[in-house]
Amino acid sequence: MEKTLAEKILSDKSDTEVYAGDIIIVPLDLVFVQDSTGPLTLRQFNESNLNTIHNPERSILFIDHSVPSPARELSNDHMFLRGFAKEKGVVLSDIGEGICHQIVAESFASPGNVIVGADSHTVTGGALGAFATGMGSTDVAIALALGKTWLRVPETIKVVVNGRLAKGVYAKDLILHLIGQIGADGATYKALEFSGETVGMMAMSERLTIANMVVEAGAKVGLFPADSVTQSYLESQGRGKQYIALQPDADATYESTIEINAAQLEPTVSKPHTVDNIALVKELKGTHVAQVFIGTCTNGRLDDLRIAADILKGRRRHPRTRLIVAPASKKVLLAALAEGYIKTLVESGASIVPPGCAACLGVHQGVLGDGEACVSTANRNFKGRMGNPAAFIYLASPATAAATAICGEISAPREFL
Amino acid sequence: MLKGKAFKFGDNISTDHIVPGRLLHLRSNLAELAKHVFEDIDPKFTERVASGDFVVAGKNFGLGSSREHAPLVIKMSGVSAVLVKSVARIFFRNAINVGLPVLICDTDMIDNGDKLEVNLEAGKISDLTNKAQLSFSKMPEIMLRILDEGGLIPYIKKYKDFTVNPGSD
Repeated sequence: MEKTLAEKILSDKSDTEVYAGDIIIVPLDLVFVQDSTGPLTLRQFNESNLNTIHNPERSILFIDHSVPSPARELSNDHMFLRGFAKEKGVVLSDIGEGICHQIVAESFASPGNVIVGADSHTVTGGALGAFATGMGSTDVAIALALGKTWLRVPETIKVVVNGRLAKGVYAKDLILHLIGQIGADGATYKALEFSGETVGMMAMSERLTIANMVVEAGAKVGLFPADSVTQSYLESQGRGKQYIALQPDADATYESTIEINAAQLEPTVSKPHTVDNIALVKELKGTHVAQVFIGTCTNGRLDDLRIAADILKGRRRHPRTRLIVAPASKKVLLAALAEGYIKTLVESGASIVPPGCAACLGVHQGVLGDGEACVSTANRNFKGRMGNPAAFIYLASPATAAATAICGEISAPREFL
Repeated sequence: MLKGKAFKFGDNISTDHIVPGRLLHLRSNLAELAKHVFEDIDPKFTERVASGDFVVAGKNFGLGSSREHAPLVIKMSGVSAVLVKSVARIFFRNAINVGLPVLICDTDMIDNGDKLEVNLEAGKISDLTNKAQLSFSKMPEIMLRILDEGGLIPYIKKYKDFTVNPGSD
């Protein structure tokens, strides 16, 4: 029987012919945690009495969520992670290195991999054709110990994207549009599989943005085929040898198919307080914005900083609007420095914060005040997400975010391009 | 048989509503973190909840972050089960892994404050306040077995490994 990408990867890894609905045990190519879920994972690991890490070289502890630590309790959590890494010989990615999902894309994930991480945005790895999914601390604790996990093979919704994105419209607008269309639970337990001519032309940074957000529609995984774009990206990261081509079978069984005409999309935002609460930028004209945040595992890559810098070059942020920029990784920061993007952003009035999750999760580096609105390039706008339940978060592309920083109110980027 | 009263919430209750990210510094101090469960959407929840009570909500409960602290602090507050129309997948696994039953049923039939009785074995929910009888969907065998052991850690301590078809191997 012909297979979807999810069925192909999971059949190959579990060494059996598996299809949607099957419950399987599958070996894992990579297991990771970060500093907000890691301490509980390691306590559960210790509690399990299993003692040994199955594959230390493919087990990573990332310290990226609260970096550098803003509180002594978190400093102590970080010490616990560092101590465990030293004792067990697992990989440690400490402060300054960047966000787990960006580093997994740069240095670890490859087509056909099965990856679990104690972070819901582990799905980002799907951009490289890896079956990558988020789990909780206890599941990941056992995954670290056994090098495997149990999974239900998901049904797949095929998303076919054709047509050219208009000027000022980006992958972020496309995924916000899709989530708005199917809803915050529109793909719960399912795989989303992307195809079509637009997807074939998309840069890896755009694929990563889309895969990153599939969990906001409830999806277990968001898979892209592994093609020449994947190959070039892996080569650019010095990992060309890890490339294998990966396409779904032509007659695979899909639960449903969604077709999107990219040419018809316009700059899109998610309004407070759910990601599926979408609107067009033009419908929100006049919405004052106190803070713009550009960064995160969704949109903190070099291409994102370039798009923002191109718009902000020779311009200043609006006096009432703060601008915070967080590169997704050390590699991104170094490249953005070399390209002059950081200089442009600082000259335009941006505060640059270190590689990491920064203001996204409400711990530090840009907590919102009462009644303030923020345009963020992140993936979540839940009430309280950025540290204050009395604040309002709008999700948008880096271009819309940069245009908004200039105008002080929610604005489309087109006139600045 | 589980017995208690219903605390009713709406649709799309995220793990940020259950334990917000701003309390990240309390995650290694669960007893302290548990004092804040649901505080952004029901500030009096921890004062009013009693052992055995139920969290009842609409669709897509537990969406968002993978933080397992969310089902953990719900369980620590005394809640004996979560009754929802639908549940986000990571929360579902996490809840079962920490031994908190999540039951999928038509929660429109239940009002805030109703007295409920849940028979996990029989798959039945009785609303003693309005006399409604509900049933809930069966979960996969592997999850039932994990729940039976009280969570994934006791399950692994007993079996040392995962077993998909426990009878056949």
